[in-house]
Amino acid sequence: MEVRVQNVRKEFDRFPALHDVSLDIASGELIALLGPSGSGKTTLLRLIAGLERPTAGKIFFGNEDASEKTVQERNIGFVFQHYALFRHMTILENVSFGLEVRPRATRPPKAEIRRRARELLDLVQLSGLEKRYPSQLSGGQRQRVALARALAIEPRVLLLDEPFGALDAQVRRELRKWLREIHDRTGHTTVFVTHDQEEALELADRLCVMSQGKIEQVGTPDTVYDTPQSPFVFGFIGESSALPVTIENGDIRLEGRSIGVSTSEPNGSAQLYFRPHDIELIESDAALSGHVVTSRRVGGTRRVELDIGGAHRVEIDLPFDHPAAERSQIVFRPRRWTLFPDR
Amino acid sequence: MMRFRQPSVIPGFGLTLGFTIAYFSLIILVPLIALVLRSAGIGWSGFWAAALDPRVLAALRTSFVTALIAAAINVVFGTLIAWVLVRYRFPGRRIFDAMVDLPFALPTAVAGISLTAIYAPNGIIGQLVAPLGWRIAYTPIGITIAMIFIGLPFVVRTIQPILEEVSKEVEEASATLGASRFQTISRVLLPSLTPAILTGFALAFARAVGEYGSVIFIAGNIPFVSEIAPLLIVIRLEEFNYQGAAVIATVMLVISFLMLFVLNLIQAWSRRRYGYGS
Amino acid sequence: MAAKSRHLASPTSEPASVRWMLILVGLAFMALFIVLPVIAVFSEAFRQGLGAYWESLHNADAQSAIRLTLMVAAIAVPLNVVFGVCASWAIAKFEFKGKAFLITLIDLPFSVSPVISGLVYVLLFGSGSILGPWLKSYGIEILFAVPGIVLATIFVTFPFVARELIPLMQDQGSGDEEAALSLGASGWQTFWRVTLPNIRWGLLYGVLLCNARAMGEFGAVAVVSGKIRGQTTTMPLQVEMFYNEYQGTAAFALASLLAMLALVTLVLKTALEWRFGDELAATGRGH
Repeated sequence: MEVRVQNVRKEFDRFPALHDVSLDIASGELIALLGPSGSGKTTLLRLIAGLERPTAGKIFFGNEDASEKTVQERNIGFVFQHYALFRHMTILENVSFGLEVRPRATRPPKAEIRRRARELLDLVQLSGLEKRYPSQLSGGQRQRVALARALAIEPRVLLLDEPFGALDAQVRRELRKWLREIHDRTGHTTVFVTHDQEEALELADRLCVMSQGKIEQVGTPDTVYDTPQSPFVFGFIGESSALPVTIENGDIRLEGRSIGVSTSEPNGSAQLYFRPHDIELIESDAALSGHVVTSRRVGGTRRVELDIGGAHRVEIDLPFDHPAAERSQIVFRPRRWTLFPDR
Repeated sequence: MMRFRQPSVIPGFGLTLGFTIAYFSLIILVPLIALVLRSAGIGWSGFWAAALDPRVLAALRTSFVTALIAAAINVVFGTLIAWVLVRYRFPGRRIFDAMVDLPFALPTAVAGISLTAIYAPNGIIGQLVAPLGWRIAYTPIGITIAMIFIGLPFVVRTIQPILEEVSKEVEEASATLGASRFQTISRVLLPSLTPAILTGFALAFARAVGEYGSVIFIAGNIPFVSEIAPLLIVIRLEEFNYQGAAVIATVMLVISFLMLFVLNLIQAWSRRRYGYGS
Repeated sequence: MAAKSRHLASPTSEPASVRWMLILVGLAFMALFIVLPVIAVFSEAFRQGLGAYWESLHNADAQSAIRLTLMVAAIAVPLNVVFGVCASWAIAKFEFKGKAFLITLIDLPFSVSPVISGLVYVLLFGSGSILGPWLKSYGIEILFAVPGIVLATIFVTFPFVARELIPLMQDQGSGDEEAALSLGASGWQTFWRVTLPNIRWGLLYGVLLCNARAMGEFGAVAVVSGKIRGQTTTMPLQVEMFYNEYQGTAAFALASLLAMLALVTLVLKTALEWRFGDELAATGRGH
């Protein structure tokens, strides 16, 4: 089921949470809504679910206008950060609930409901725990029950709100991989919200990066990482350093000195963004030069913080055994970089 | 070997625990033992004869039946009031919230004469129903009303904190799974409150069974009809039939302790299964 | 976007009509069963005007009942405060066997009918007992005298302070006390200067409730008092006496004082909850 969000605006008590957001989600894709808290990502997810009503705009499921439908009628699967399991029901009853509450005409027979619930518990690898209560399960197990429960109603879209946010790092990584497998097997159109870029980059087919109620960029993880379209995206996804530069006839200068890279951008001031590992060490005057402030080994690389004068500090990565790491002065220039002209 | 207490740097264990146990024994334990010994003093057959006396049985029946009905009514309206107080915002909400505790604070004798004044045939409500041929005061209905008064806060105050804890997400989850609002309330919210509702019921019931002050004025105290068990204890005392009083008291105590035991079972079950003890 | 169809209803709330209906039903029930009796007390008390009200409060029996009630509360409440502080200190600051059982025992008087609370002292000190006649031979009267009334009052108000302080002190743990002791304070200094300031609002809360019950207790006191006019009648007992003698105004006038006490208690209690809600014990409001 494809989902189209069309010019949606949402205000809470006159406070705008989303400004005119549009997003097309392809059938069967796994898309991540990524952003810091307050970026509107959860609001967007809840609007798609029908848990909130848009102030303006429409949401389509396929060709059908879902804006006019209640959350019950939308037939979506929603997974909450804190599981939201029904604590007075067994695991099996939790998973069966969505089918049990259907009107008599569309409700499958009891035996069929139980069979499907068991099948789903099998899918989420919780067979044998049918008779347990949620309080008797671990956090990771509870979230898997929550997913099985959401899948039981054969949802048209699966929506997950920070599904791994309450779990510890180890379990998070396991569940992440496992969610991807489930998605590949069931093929549900899936939207999940996260503030964890690593999670989004690893899991999603596409990312939708949000900030302050707006969509900053939508694209595959590679595109978003390699060609960020805004300073926000550059800063939010992956590591980066930013420098205020000026452009003079295609030459990029920091505090009046050329740094040895050129551009076709018109003259003016701009922000130069680059990633710590996208640099090259050179021997030249036309480059960035700074003295080492700190130097830490992180796994196979050495992260060096440089003071390049004028109160500017940048971080660069070197192979941990590179001789330059021993020096107090390092000269380099960005190999790949992006300019965002000031306005 | 397990020690009686874990070591601690804080002083005063012997003093405080010693005083606690001594005070408890003097005020509560010794008198209760005196009661049990006195009722045991008349022997097994004498005990049963006194306990199974028709008037005693009738009084116990009146007490238990009216207390059950009152507790049931309180569960319905107490749950509703807890719901309204937790879920809705309306002018005067906090004042009404505070007023729920009035029956805890108002002396029982005051409540008793006041309820009687309201429901007596010439009282403001008594007047209303008198033309219909109904009598409230001086009948078991009056007893029930007094018991509703004193039991309501137990139900509201037991359910309220548990209801406050129910997360909105659970209700949203139910809605996304297709449940109507009515289904969400009847199949998700209310069942998750079951232990609290049961506890509130048991507390209100236990209080109502033993209640004296607010009931005797409105009850009419007609033997075999509207005479409650605590009153019969007082009557036996006034007849200087101490053993008779002790027997009724022992029966009531045993039942209270059974209630207490049941309450503890509910809470243990609730903790095990729901992850909370109300 | 004024598309105010049924769809606009929030999935986690009820339609406004249902909401208002529930509010109305709840409020009506409260008004009828809880508020009306309180109003009735005052309207009955003032039925024959302010003069009659004033006069009945200055009746000698009423005056002596007020004095006795104040005296009984002045003895019973402090004793239960000492007990409550001791019990919660022992229970909250130490781990020992049988602790859970002790907590259950402290709540015991709540599940005993007030009449039985009085009866146990009648059986202990009454004519058929061993203790009663023995004490009498030394000229000590317990039953049908002030000591009996005090004992019965202590019995019914026994748990109030303790059950408020125990969860509060358990929540607060022993960290502050350990810090004070490590700084060289003695046990008493630690208690007066560290523990007591920490629990003062909870203590006040417990005292309020304990006092309200102590002054208002009827059943237990009725059984042990003997109802000797002017000597062993507390306010609630005097209310009953007036009422049974068909002195309606006198009964309700005295009752209105007790109702006032209840209202003041409630106002103070609510004020404490609003102001210091997080400092009071999170558990077990009520009673």
